[in-house]
Order: sequence, then C-alpha cells, then structure tokens
Amino acid sequence: MSFERVPYGSARNQANQQPVPSNPVRTLVILFIVLLTMGGVAVFTGATSVNLGLDLRGGTSVTLQPKVQPGQEGTITTESIDQAVNIIRQRVDGVGVAESEVAAQGTGTNRQIVISVPGENGRRIIDLVGQTAELRFRQVLIETSDSADSQLLDDSALPAGVTPEVAEQFRNLDCTTVAERGAGALDDPNQAVAVCDREGFLKYLLAPARVLGTDVSGAQAVFDATTTLGWYVSLDFSSEGGRKFAQVTSEVVNLPSPQNQLAIVLDGLVVSAPRINETISGGQAQITGNFTQLEAQDLASVLKYGSLPLAFERGEVQQISPTLGAEQLDAGLLAGVIGLFLVLVYSLFYYRALGVVAAGSLIVAAYVLIVSFMLLGEWVGYTLTLAGIAGAIVSIGVTADSFIVYFERLRDELREGRSLKTAVETAWIRARRTVIVSDVVSMIAAVLLYIFAVGGVRGFAFTLGISTLIDLLVIFFFSKPLVVVLSRMKYFQEGRKFSGLTPKNLGLKNVGEVSANV
Amino acid sequence: MSEKKNQSSFGGRLYRGEVSIDFVGRRKQWYLVSLALFIISSGAFFFQGMKLGIEFSGGTVLTVTSGQADASNARETVSQLPFIEGLIVQELGTDKVQIRTDSLEPGELTEIQDVLASRYAIDVESIDVQSIGPSWGEEITRKGITGLVAFFIIVMIYLAMTFEPKMAFAAFIALFHDVFITVGIYALIGFEVTPATLIGFLTILAYSLYDTVVVFDKVRENTKNITQVARQTYSQAANLAVNQTLIRSINTSIVALLPIASLLFVGAGLLGAGTLKDVALVLFTGMIIGTFSSLFIATPVLAGLKEREPAMIALAKRVNSRGGNEQENAPVSQRQQPKRKKNR
Repeated sequence: MSFERVPYGSARNQANQQPVPSNPVRTLVILFIVLLTMGGVAVFTGATSVNLGLDLRGGTSVTLQPKVQPGQEGTITTESIDQAVNIIRQRVDGVGVAESEVAAQGTGTNRQIVISVPGENGRRIIDLVGQTAELRFRQVLIETSDSADSQLLDDSALPAGVTPEVAEQFRNLDCTTVAERGAGALDDPNQAVAVCDREGFLKYLLAPARVLGTDVSGAQAVFDATTTLGWYVSLDFSSEGGRKFAQVTSEVVNLPSPQNQLAIVLDGLVVSAPRINETISGGQAQITGNFTQLEAQDLASVLKYGSLPLAFERGEVQQISPTLGAEQLDAGLLAGVIGLFLVLVYSLFYYRALGVVAAGSLIVAAYVLIVSFMLLGEWVGYTLTLAGIAGAIVSIGVTADSFIVYFERLRDELREGRSLKTAVETAWIRARRTVIVSDVVSMIAAVLLYIFAVGGVRGFAFTLGISTLIDLLVIFFFSKPLVVVLSRMKYFQEGRKFSGLTPKNLGLKNVGEVSANV
Repeated sequence: MSEKKNQSSFGGRLYRGEVSIDFVGRRKQWYLVSLALFIISSGAFFFQGMKLGIEFSGGTVLTVTSGQADASNARETVSQLPFIEGLIVQELGTDKVQIRTDSLEPGELTEIQDVLASRYAIDVESIDVQSIGPSWGEEITRKGITGLVAFFIIVMIYLAMTFEPKMAFAAFIALFHDVFITVGIYALIGFEVTPATLIGFLTILAYSLYDTVVVFDKVRENTKNITQVARQTYSQAANLAVNQTLIRSINTSIVALLPIASLLFVGAGLLGAGTLKDVALVLFTGMIIGTFSSLFIATPVLAGLKEREPAMIALAKRVNSRGGNEQENAPVSQRQQPKRKKNR
C-alpha cells in the first residue's frame, strides 16, 4: 500500500525526540484501515450500489396535500394523515408494484404524503392513491342529461330533504367540463347533493346517503363471462350494512323512475345508478360500469382498504421516463467528474506538490461519500436524487476550501519566518478553528434545509450535510497528517522546485529563508 | 508559469502589507456600488417582478420525446382540447417538445397525455410530466421563507457567540446584501425561479457566510491585543486581515466556481433545463456576489461599527498622534516588517 512508502522511520525518531500530539503516520494508517473496513462492510452487506431516486431511473412521484374542507379544519392531524398513509400503502401494495414507497413528511396541517413508484406504472398509481374512496349509496331524485339549465326544478316543489341552495347548485352544475364535475369533493352524507356521473353525460340530484363505505366489509373484481356485464366489482356488506342496504332497496323498489334507482357515488361522482328491481337482502351488491380489468381491480382494492380519513389534492405530480432518468444521471455524473477534475488540476497548478495532498483529500472524500451512499442506502433507504448529486458537486468546493485555508495559513506562517516543521503545527491550530466554524455554518444550513425542505431539496440538504461531516473527517485525519508527514521530507523543508513552498511561491526575497530556522 | 510566480509573490506582498487594497478605508465607494446595485435590484423586483416556475404558479409541463414532434404540430394537437389555457410550446433539442399549460385537473391531465400519445404513436408512460397544484407554490414559498428566517436567526446567534455581536451584525448585512442583489439579478434578467433555485439560494447564504467567517476569523486574530499594542487602528488591522485572506478568498471562489461552472455547462448545455441548471445558475450568480460582499461589505461594515466604540476612538487617536506624519505616507506594512526575521 502506498502509505508504507512514506519515511515513517524518521517520523518515529522525531516523535521520540519531541512530543508531537499524535503520530501522523499512525493516524493515516488507522484512517486507511477504517476506509477499507467501510468498503468491506459495504461489499459484505451487499450494498455495492447506490439507490437511485426516481428522477434518475424513471418513475412517478405524487405529493398529496390534505385538502381543508369547510367546517372541518380540525380534522387534519398527524394521526389522520398517518392513517391515510397506511391505507394508501395498502392500496399501492395491492397493485403489486415492487419498491414503491409511501411516506409522510412534515407535521400537523403541513404534513404531506409522498408516494414514489419506480418504473412505468405512473398513471395507474396516480389515479389509485389520490382517491379518497368515499363510497355512498344514495337514492336518485332527478336524473337529467341537460347541462346547466335554469328552468330545472321549481323552488316551490322541492323533494323532501333538498334545500334551495342544493337546488341552485343542481341547476347551475355543468357536467361537460372536467373541472366543474368536481371529482374528489367530500360531500356531507346527511345532505342531498347535486353531482355528475364520471363521464359527464348525466347529472343527478340525490337524496341523503343511506349506506356508506364504512358499511362495506370486502370487495373484489369479478369477471362475468356469461352476461354482458364484463368486469364488475362485487361488494360484501357488514351485517349492519347488509340490513341497511336491504332496507333502502325495499323502500325504493316500487317508486317511479328515476326514484327507484340507487346511485353509487364514489368521491363525489356517480359510478353507476342501477334500477332496483327487488329488495336486495343477501348482504352483497355489485358495482357495474363498463370497467376494464385493471379499473375493476383498482376500484375493488380502493374499496377494500377503506376510504381515506381526509380528502387530498395533488400538490405535485412528477412522471419521469426511464430515458430522461438515464440522461439526468449521466449529466449529473459528467458534471461531477468534470468539476472534480478541474479542481484537481487547479490545486496541482497552484499548490504544486502540496496539491497532491489536495488531490488525495478530494479523492478520499469522494470515496467516503460514495461508500456512505451505498451504506446509507442499505441501512436507512437513502436514495440519491439529482438534487443530491448537485449537493455533492457543490461540496467539492467546501472540501477544497478546507485545505486552501490550511495551506494559505501554512504559507503565512512560513512568511513569518517559522520553520516548516513548526509552521505545519501553528498553521493547523489556526486553520482548524476556521474550518470548524465554517463547517458548523454549513451544517446549520444543511440541517435547516432538510427540516424546511419540500421533496427534492431534502436530498440536496442531506448530501450537503454528509459532505460537510466528511470534510471534517478528511481534513483532520487525512490532509493534516499527510502534510505533517510531507513536512518531514527534505524536498519540502528546503522549499525545492515545484514543492509549492519555494521562496518565490511565498514571495520571499532570499532563497533559503524558509529553512533558516530548521 | 510566470503568471503564477507573480500571483504567488503577490500573495506574499499582500500578507506583509506591502501591497494592500484599501477595502476598509474606501468603504464609502463600495457602499455606493452596493447602493446602486440595490436600487437597480429594487427597481427590477418591483417593476419587472420575478419569473416564477410552475412550481410556484401552479401548472403542468409535459415533455414529449418523438422524432415527429415539433412545436407547431404539438400546439395544434393540444389546442384541440377545450380546457387548455396558458399554452406555451417549446422545442428542446432535436427530438423533444415541451408543453406547458396552466394547472390541470386530474382528469384533464389524463386526457392531454392520451391525445399526445396517440398523435405521436408513443407510449403514455414515455411522456415526462410535472404537474403542480395551485396551492403548492404557497406551501413551498412559506416553507422557504421560514427556512430563511430560521437560518438567519440561528446563524446570527452562533456567530454572536463564537465571535461577537457586531461581527454577527456585519455578517447579517452582507448576507442581506447577497439575498437582495441575487433576487434583483433574477428579476432583471428574467431567470426562472424554481425550488431548485431556492436550494441554490440557501446554499449561497451558507457559502457567503462561510467566506465571511474566514475573513472575520483573521480580523479577530489581528485585533486581539490591538489596544495594548496601539500600533494600528481597528480599521487598519481589519483591512490587513482582508488583504491577508484575499488569496484564500480568490482561490476558494475559483475552486468553488469550477465545479459549479461544470454543473452549469452540463445542466444547461446537455440537459437544457431542470434541477442542475437552476441550482448551478443561482450558485454561480450568488457566489460572485457573496465573494464581493465578504470582501467589500462585511469587513468595512464591521470596521465602521467598531470605530464607534469609545475604546477604538481612543485607540485611533493614540495611533494617529504616535505615527504623526509618517503615518500618512507609510503603508501599514512597514510596521509589520520587524515581526519577520530577515536579512541576518
């Protein structure tokens, strides 16, 4: 290994003569053992690759924000959102996409749910997770295909339970535009409502709900090959629900059309409104509606796992194709490599042989960073995102700055007329303080960014934080000891050509001035 | 080679004070420069305003990758849909078209995807989509501002404790300066502000502060026993500190800007748009301003504050009376010389 080549014999002798706080060669050896162990642990635990975020490999992420319903401001709590997370997780798992992730971020009303699904299942997942899945069975009062029509429904002859406000809403409701249909709005089950069907062909005035989603105990997608029904969803009611359903069907069965229809309303839209031909008392019902197999399965899974305790809106939807993901990954890596290379060249150009320390520090830092990514990916599920790559690239500057501070201090001490051996230590004491103070500032920034960040920013903050810690590790246990070891070499002590410490480099007039006090 | 030699010996002369840029003494000049930038920034901000990305304003961006797609046929395809508002179509590179619209309802998004997929005979999943709800912007703006305020407060407390309250205040002025002028430049040039811009922005603050901290550390060292020695006024000592750390500041800035330039080059050049470019652009802009403020604003403000202290006023009197006329002509450096053992 390379560290055996340093003249540690002389280092040892000197250490005996004058007490040096710590033996730099020993520090370096220990560091390399630690680094190799880290690498070994990574290999043994199978953490040999970095988990890539969706923006680097393609996939869909949806951020859901709780929607504040009028009069229900107090219902958005950490608990209710965690409950929603569990239900959404069950739904996503039910679809069987591997490696999907559902997590909540933030607290109280700011708590959001982030759903990340790799690969090309985006569309389906987006539809699945955003649904509140609030199921209601309501008796149909009026069914019409007219769009907004002010002549409909006379205020003097409203059906029972219909307020003039609802009647007004019903008249003005225009089902032809997607926005107006108002999908996802939570309705009050105890009130009559004006709603559209899913396709926007029909609008309904419906009576207060008689049977709710909570009365459903199970659901499955069924294919009926014998009739023209195709795919439909079969519902099982709880015993209480079955009784209520039997009751309502027996009440409407003999009424004139359309009042003998029972609308199945999901998240504020009518899925279907079948006519009830007989009292249904078996504790089962069917939802039909020209479903495809996937639609029927997704609907069944949504109903099975229950409705969400809150309504959500999609704060952000991001769907990245694998092609774009690969492009972004390549670009990020390329930028990193170019950036690192430029900094290496500059350090070697400016600091000459001392630049080797700089180059070594950057390479060690890069190694530790990559191994940390692997290990953190294995242990805490860390995923590297594009913002994370940007953070790592920015941190090249932070790492480089630490040794610039040290080197400039070192040169200052030499200019003061100190010998290299002494200068290495006195410069370190001062540079160390500066490096620590400035790293603490970086760390504060990283922690705050992490706390207050939304989505991608977190990845950036996390990487910046790790890099700052690594910077401290590298400057303390690699750069400094290495400089101490080098300072014992004649080449540097005498400030020879290309050492980066020539009198000319330092701006001293007399050759030999540097080593005058050795 | 020769350039480098000059630069290095320049560093040496700077250190000894043989060459010195009068950062502190001519502070009124720098303040005027900053004031001018300030006025331009405010003007740009209030009259031009910020160009906000869809993350703030809400909206949907779809990117179609297809050899057949171009701006005009994409526009035609999408504008058939009745609900489309605020349509902007833009070609990216040779085979990509980016379509932006105002915020869409879930069902509308599905429709536009289907229409595009069938028009270009591509898979729905190959269309890159970013869709932002209308209230999302408020959310991230609020969080961003909370983060900024928290950062200011915590860092100021930390600096007041590690250094002294006046240094914390001077650092705050420099930071505020950076924030304001970066915002101004963004408004003036019309760069788009995205969450990635915010990331970069907070990073700049950390960076600018980091730069200031290094200079202040040297100021603190130079002024430690200043009243006992009575050889320099606070301003002179502070100015020497800035000059002594100048090479470091320049090197640090170069080393920090190199990777960011590569990020900007790759982000803007190869990808065309997105997180990398946004982060790199704001860092690139802000870091230059941050370096300026560390040198020309932070330390002069600090010196200005300190010179008002009775002890420092007394010190300045003593130094000036002791130095007499010689003080007028001789640079600060001459008094530094004896410290160095030279010319045996």
